[in-house]
Amino acid sequence: MDLKELYRDVILDHNRQPRNFGPLVPSDAHAEGHNPLCGDRLTVWLRMNGDRIEDIRFEGKGCAISTASASMMTEAVKGKDKAAVMALYDTVHALLTRQDAVADASLGKLAALSGVREFPARVKCASLCWHTLGAALQRSADPVSTE
Amino acid sequence: MSAIAPLAAPPTAYDAARVRRDFPILSQTVNGRPLVYLDSAASGQRPLPVLRAVERYETHCHANVHRGVHALSQAATEAFEGARERVRRFINASSSREIVFVRGTTEAINLVAQSFGRTRLGRGDEILITALEHHANIVPWQMLCEQAGCTLKVAPIDRRGELEYDRLLELLSPRTRLVAVAHVSNALGTVLPVKRIVDAAHARGAAVLIDGAQAIPHSRIDVHELGCDFYAFSGHKLYGPTGIGVLYGREELLAAMPPWQGGGDMIRTVSFEKTTYNDLPWKFEAGTPNISGAVGLAAAMDYVESLGVEAIAAHEQRLLRLASDEVNRIPGIEIIGTAAHKASVLSFTMQGCHPHDLGTILDAEGVAIRTGHHCAMPVMTFFDIPATARASFGCYNTEGDIEALVTALGKAREVFG
Repeated sequence: MDLKELYRDVILDHNRQPRNFGPLVPSDAHAEGHNPLCGDRLTVWLRMNGDRIEDIRFEGKGCAISTASASMMTEAVKGKDKAAVMALYDTVHALLTRQDAVADASLGKLAALSGVREFPARVKCASLCWHTLGAALQRSADPVSTE
Repeated sequence: MSAIAPLAAPPTAYDAARVRRDFPILSQTVNGRPLVYLDSAASGQRPLPVLRAVERYETHCHANVHRGVHALSQAATEAFEGARERVRRFINASSSREIVFVRGTTEAINLVAQSFGRTRLGRGDEILITALEHHANIVPWQMLCEQAGCTLKVAPIDRRGELEYDRLLELLSPRTRLVAVAHVSNALGTVLPVKRIVDAAHARGAAVLIDGAQAIPHSRIDVHELGCDFYAFSGHKLYGPTGIGVLYGREELLAAMPPWQGGGDMIRTVSFEKTTYNDLPWKFEAGTPNISGAVGLAAAMDYVESLGVEAIAAHEQRLLRLASDEVNRIPGIEIIGTAAHKASVLSFTMQGCHPHDLGTILDAEGVAIRTGHHCAMPVMTFFDIPATARASFGCYNTEGDIEALVTALGKAREVFG
């Protein structure tokens, strides 16, 4: 169990200075994520251009893993279409949970999250932002959404 | 009063290292480091005498209780009822009829809410709690309020985590039927002036329930002296098994209360036309109880008394003072809960390092602490923090454990700059 594998410099950096942090105005959709077990909360805002994420921001209170994961996620998905985002999520999820997962080149900075799988109690911290993004994307596609 | 007074060092030294050897689980390594267990407020560990008592019961005595004429059923019944008498002596209740075995503190409070509460409280009546309660002493009352139309009032705390006692007195109204308070706060360590609260509530005709989950391992509880109407606690906080706890209730009140759950053991006669209920305390113990749990709890009480409750409390107070002083020296640490009168709980935050990161880093060093909201979300909201890290001390903790905690916190400070 190596703490350096979990708290890599890139993660500590994104925790200290989260990118794309704060509300997005105007936005097409947003969703709130909550981890009732630990109290982590975050909100993800989206501005869409058709099927493509034109802009994304987030805000929340959470541990270093959850904050850094959200920060890196916003960088990674900006400009991507939904199919590409979902594919990326699958790759991240495998990285977080499967011991044999190899960090794919498509992951970029997100590969820094590979240390999380050695700490099963922390996987949910890293995945909260992705679930929240999924909910926001669904809302953006929902014709009855008032946003 | 049976609250937890900070005691001076006793003349005979308390040998925590020897006590520690009674707890086999503590001799292991975690993540390659010797285990430093600082989470006894969540659950205490079990000493050998408890493990052996449970094993002896399971290998020699087990059958169902109150049901048979065969030897094992009688042995099991004797063990179970013997445990009840042991509990009675431990908290100085008048009669074993006042000792109801339940799963734990949570179930005890729910029993009072659903049995006492639903028959005694109605629209416009009030239940008074405090702002530092565990969810187990909040939610059952909220459920009762929905069912019975009564109102929940909350006495505030101040920035040190002390109950604002005068405000509690102001909130005691002619409509207050029940005051339900923690004896010791699990999130902050604050010891509440329960004897004064009992006297004030009784003077206004309100009954009092004390949530003793966090007090029972740190103080001699004398329900007679406290004069409370209900006292609830769990076995596993007192170095006993999980799944067993106790509701003490004054006999006069318990006798007037309807059963909570129906089933076997709680009845005298059953027909489709009419069922009559059993005597106290079995009226409140439907179904086969946790017999080995009760046996283990009785053994835990023997063990704690063999060490001396006051001696344990004095030792823990020394550890608490040492840990508070040492932790305060680490840059960026803020202790949450600085009441004058505390039991062995040290809750804190570290600037720039979320409690969960702290928990992970400490775990890598073999140091087990609790992180999160401690089932006291209103307390976190009051202090405007999402969570705290909490170190808590038990009879087996040593000064070496505090050193390990401080060293590990230094590591966290390094990682998070």
